[in-house]
Amino acid sequence: MMKFRKSALFVSTAMLFAGTAAQAHRPWLLPSDTMFTAGDNWMTVDAAISENLFYIDSFAPPWKPVTTAPDGTVVAAENASTGKLRATFDLHLTKPGTYKIAAVANQISGSYMLNGERKMLPRGTTEETMATAVPAGATDVWQAPNNQRIETFVTAGEPTDTVFKPTGKGLEMVPVTHPNNLGVDEPATFQFLLDGKPAADLPVTAVAGGSRYSNGLTQIDVKTDAEGKVTLTWPKAGMYWVSVSSPVRRPGGEGPGGGQGGGQGGPGGGAGGPPPGGPGAGPGGQGGPGGPGAGAGGPGGPGGFAGRPITPPQRRDSYIMTVEVVG
Amino acid sequence: MQLTHRIVLTGVSLGAASALATPAMADTIDLSVALPRLSVAEYHKPYVAIWLEKTGAPARTLSVWYDQGKRNNGGLKWVNDLRAWWRVAGRSMTLPADGVSGATKAPGPQRVNLPVGTLANGAYTLVIEAARENGGREVVRVPFNWSGSQASGRAAGSAELGAVSLTVRR
Repeated sequence: MMKFRKSALFVSTAMLFAGTAAQAHRPWLLPSDTMFTAGDNWMTVDAAISENLFYIDSFAPPWKPVTTAPDGTVVAAENASTGKLRATFDLHLTKPGTYKIAAVANQISGSYMLNGERKMLPRGTTEETMATAVPAGATDVWQAPNNQRIETFVTAGEPTDTVFKPTGKGLEMVPVTHPNNLGVDEPATFQFLLDGKPAADLPVTAVAGGSRYSNGLTQIDVKTDAEGKVTLTWPKAGMYWVSVSSPVRRPGGEGPGGGQGGGQGGPGGGAGGPPPGGPGAGPGGQGGPGGPGAGAGGPGGPGGFAGRPITPPQRRDSYIMTVEVVG
Repeated sequence: MQLTHRIVLTGVSLGAASALATPAMADTIDLSVALPRLSVAEYHKPYVAIWLEKTGAPARTLSVWYDQGKRNNGGLKWVNDLRAWWRVAGRSMTLPADGVSGATKAPGPQRVNLPVGTLANGAYTLVIEAARENGGREVVRVPFNWSGSQASGRAAGSAELGAVSLTVRR
């Protein structure tokens, strides 16, 4: 059973990232610094989807992050460039306070019947484009939201809280501890909301960057409480990648490797990493492990495989942030 | 240099004392910090921050040494390289600050007397952070217990800071 389930999971992850053998692809935003003096500052941001944190080892993300200034205005991304392995842009910080850099994708996954065949919704379908995505005459439309949010924060001068107002859509983070005020061995608490309500009982994973030059992997695994809160205590200084997704894809867990694969599969696929099976691939693959019929559902989910049934998509939400821990 | 410090700081402690309407009972931390002499091709004197931590209280900056000679206070651009200090105290204060900021200091033993007003009894940590351009960064923490009369503590850095010792007196 165990063995079988594992292979099923592998299939679903591989589906999300055709052409790559790895299971753990993590999307991230990496700021050149997180704490600036108040005044006039330039910074740069790297964005990538990678296996190791924060190494540029796989491919550039398709998404375009938006930067919100402390006063709510949008800061233009300057000198933006997308390479093979990463995307990058500069930001000119002129106002004191905390800025949010966020890549948000609220999409719809699903399929419909047309002429006796089940067709996938096009990748990148949103609520707005749903009407045109489904052709006339289509029946039995299956759809589910696929919301992902990738963020990082930087502060010029003193930290402020204006950019943390939740939108009420998907998974979001509300700081109890400000994300630009993290120190080694100091507990930091964050609250996660799903559609504006506490996201209880979700596993949260924090992984430290720099694995190439350190022994082992620094990873913290915790679970949100009834209020959607987690408290993380950072064992060492550095940049950390913090991830939470819903629903829980791997009840019981399969060790660190499995946990990561699940955590990253979602965002990467949703973000539009190399998509084999279209939008349905993500949710389908995830539908498998979700139910007790994991074995059957897992491989069956991805609709891209010929001869496999397409199943209804399941709603999926993910949140990722990059934070710096000062030592 | 030392003189300037003392004059300014006396003003501060007098102000604090009169606000409390009690006789001035200024506690003082006598601090000795060794800045290591490093034979590197390009040496810049380190930026140094010295602050006091007490559980449940905000960190209190006692001294910041940075490059004050630059035009338009340009040396401030790099004070956030003192990352630990910047996070807990630096970013919420304005520099230069009377009695707190000073010029960078040369390698060798540095002695400073830091008037801290009247310290409440309890456990404290004096923290020193040094960051050097084209060099490293180091934080040394010196815990001490203050019960109103005298305390002392010592620690040592390994790279950017040498031996650190302090005595606290009333």
